[in-house]
Formats: sequence, structure tokens, C-alpha cells
Amino acid sequence: MQLLFRYANPHAFMRLSGALLPFTAAATILLIAIGLYLGFTVPPDYQQGMTVTMMFVHVPAATMAELAYGVIAVASFFSLVWRHPLSDVAARAAAPYGALFTALGLITGSLWGRPMWGTWWQWDGRLTSFLLLLFVYLGYMALWNAIEDETRAARAAAILGLVGAVNIPIIKFSVDWWTTLHQGESIISGKLAPVFLWPLLVMMAGYAFLFVTLWMIAIRTEILSRKARTLMLGGP
Amino acid sequence: MSAFRALLGRDLRLAARSGGGAALALGFFALVATLVPLGIGPDVKILARIAGGILWVAAVLAGLLSLDRLFQGDFEDGSLDVIALSPLSLESVALAKILAHWFSTGLPLTLISPLLAILFNLPPGPTLVLFISLLIGTPSVSAVGAIGASLTLSLKRGGLILPLIILPLLTPAVIFGAGSVAALMDGMQPGGGLILLAAFAAAACLLSPFAAAAAVRLNLGG
Amino acid sequence: MNFWDMGGYAAYVWPAYGVSALGLGLAVLWTLKAYGAAKARLKALEERKT
Repeated sequence: MQLLFRYANPHAFMRLSGALLPFTAAATILLIAIGLYLGFTVPPDYQQGMTVTMMFVHVPAATMAELAYGVIAVASFFSLVWRHPLSDVAARAAAPYGALFTALGLITGSLWGRPMWGTWWQWDGRLTSFLLLLFVYLGYMALWNAIEDETRAARAAAILGLVGAVNIPIIKFSVDWWTTLHQGESIISGKLAPVFLWPLLVMMAGYAFLFVTLWMIAIRTEILSRKARTLMLGGP
Repeated sequence: MSAFRALLGRDLRLAARSGGGAALALGFFALVATLVPLGIGPDVKILARIAGGILWVAAVLAGLLSLDRLFQGDFEDGSLDVIALSPLSLESVALAKILAHWFSTGLPLTLISPLLAILFNLPPGPTLVLFISLLIGTPSVSAVGAIGASLTLSLKRGGLILPLIILPLLTPAVIFGAGSVAALMDGMQPGGGLILLAAFAAAACLLSPFAAAAAVRLNLGG
Repeated sequence: MNFWDMGGYAAYVWPAYGVSALGLGLAVLWTLKAYGAAKARLKALEERKT
């Protein structure tokens, strides 16, 4: 905890993130390049044929979509309990990327579903919960933008972030219950063959590093803008 | 307790006088229920099949109508500051507001839902399930709604982003509520859905006063 | 098997990769642009102060 707070100081964060960024950026490029190579050289799946390659962009996007919300939830908790301004910035900065990953997960899921189901959209459990997750993200971002006063916006968004964190698992559960009631079918069922597992893991790591890199830059942007705003108001 | 009851009574009277109370919500609910068959066609089989879902969605939307005023009126004229200074905790205030909102929207909607179910040709069994599901499920609309209302209470156009914030959070209520009606229509047991709905509503009513009170507090500048 | 053909699923595989590349690419550009703008603004303000 002590260590965490030391780096939660904006000044220390600027230094730490400045040192880390080249490495995370390099890791992103390397991992995605390897992931793409591995992904395009897999043998066709006996059931899905080459559509299985879409998994390597769909699953990482979907995973990051949920992970980014986890980041928002943790940051919101820190913001409410310790009132730390950096956690507000961190929560706010993660949201647009989370929404983007959710949208990419939905679009690639729909493209994957087309040859499998024969329709662009199926009320499949996964796709449906991601659609709802997208709306949760949009509402969260809308609240941030709607409230002008910065500290109020941050606290309100933190409350909503935590309410969402409690509710998202319930939403997922209810959607799963709903699909068993109406007999939906999921694209991803059964075990994954190891040939597909490796490219998937590498791509997931690549997406994770991409998120961390962009997220850190976005936090830096916000810290610099706040500094500029204080300067403009004639502050120290 | 008496302060709680006084606040609840005051909010109910205010809702009734401003026209934002039961009549408005009921009118909206009945109108949606009338528009849907006009849009879909008079096929009674289809209408009976979708009745549970339509009435549940209409009930949630009707609940949203007066939600943005839940705290806002009191916030604007300063009475919320006075209420906050009273010995009543803000959590209890939020609970009173949630109850008042439910008495003036959710409860009346539930009471007339069997009438509207007739328009949709819903058989008696599913109608009973619909009635029970609305009775135990609509409190969650008021409860989750109160969180949204308290978060947006300082916004002039809070009514616009309020649905965006709370509708995704309310999907479990719609799924379990309409789902238990659909389950019975398909010859399955509706009990599981009703139990899950009750659990969701109970959790919402239990947790929402705390979230709403925190949000009110931050808007009062605390 | 032809690589670009993707076993007959080219119409789905390539758009999926295209959309992902486009979305993530735009996110990178937008992030860097915002960062550059914030940096430039702060620098201009600091120069005006001194």
C-alpha cells in the first residue's frame, strides 16, 4: 500500500510512466507482431475452418473490455476511499479504451458469427452482455462529461463506477440465465486446442500491453492538462 | 421513524399535486400498451407471447419518467439542505424517496397490469406471474433509479443522461421479470425467475440508499 | 490453400482484422495527438509565465 501511494503521486507517476513507456510500447509491437504471425499460420479448425483466426482479435478485445472495467472499478474504489486525485484520472482515462475494446469485441464477434450462425447478430449470451457493457461504458463516460465541476464529476463517476462493478456480474448472470431460457448458442464452446491457445495468449498479452501503454499516455495527458489549467488560473 | 414517515408523506403529496405522480405514469404505461398492438398487428397469439416483455419494458420506462425530479426539486429550492441537516440520515432520506417513488409509480402500474394483460390476451396464469413479478420487481426500478437521480441531480438536463446510466443496470429486472412470464408461457416453472428477481430487487433496495446518499452528499458539497 | 482466401472466409476474416486495426490505430493516433497538444499547451503557458 505504501509503495502504491508513493507512485500515486502525480509527479512520481510522470517519472515512472516516462521510464516504463518505451518498454510497454516495444512489448506491444513485438507481441502483436508475433501473435499475428502465429495466428495466420494456424491450421484450419476442423469445425470452424479458417474463421478460427477471428478468435485472435475477438477474444483479446473482449477480455480487455472487461479488464478495463475492472481497472475503473478499482480506481473508483481508491478514489472514494482515499480521495486520491490520480485514481480519478486513472479511472477516467481507462473508460474510452474500454468502450473501444467492447465495440471491437462486438463487431468482430458479429463478423465471426455471420458464417457460423448465418446472421450478423444472434442474441448470444456473450454478445448480448457485451452490448450491455458498451452501454454501461457510455453512461459512465456521459456522466463524466456532463458534470462540469471536476471534483464532483470525479466523485459521481466513482460512485457509478462501483455501482457498475457490482451490477455487471449480475447483468452477465441474468443474460446467461436468459439464453438458457431461450436456448441461445455460443460460438465459443468446448475446449480450445493447444495450437490455437498460443497465438491467442500472445495476442491477449499484446492487447494488454497496448491498453497499458495508451492508458498511461492518457493519464499523462490529463496530468499535463491539469497543470496547464492551474497555470492559466494563476496558480503556482 | 416519525421523521421518516413525515418525509414519505410529504413526497407522496408533492408527487400527487405536481401531476408527476401515479396518473402520469399510469397514462404512459397504458399508452405504450395500446401503441404496441397498433404497431405489431392484432394477432392475439403474438401479442400474448410478447405481453410480459412489453409490459415490463413499459413499466421500467414509466418509472423513469418522474425519476429525474426525485431529488432535483428539493435540491433546487434548498429543502434538501434542510433535510440533510435534520437528524434523519441521508440514507433514510434516500429510502423514503425510493418508497415514495414506488408508491406513485411502480405500485399503481402493478395494480393495473392485469387489465392491460387482458388487452394482450394473456392467459390468467401468466397474468398472475406478471402481477407478482411487477410487484416484487418494480421496487428495484425505483431503487436503481434513485442512484441515477442522485448522481445527476445537479445537472440541468439530467433527465437526458439518466436513462443512459440506469437502463443497462436494470436489465436483470427486465430479464427475470419478463423471463418468468415467458417461462410459464412455454410450460416451464416461473419460480426460478421470480426468486432471482426478488433477490435482485432486495439487493438493489438494500444497497441503493447508500450509493444515493453518497451521491447526494457530494452534490451538497460535503 | 491460398492464404488470402482464408478457406473461403476472407469476407469475414479480413474485415474483422481491418476493423480491429482501424479502431486500435485511431486510438493510438488520438492518444498521441492529445498528449502532444497537452504538452504544447503547457509549454506555451510556462514560457509566457517566465
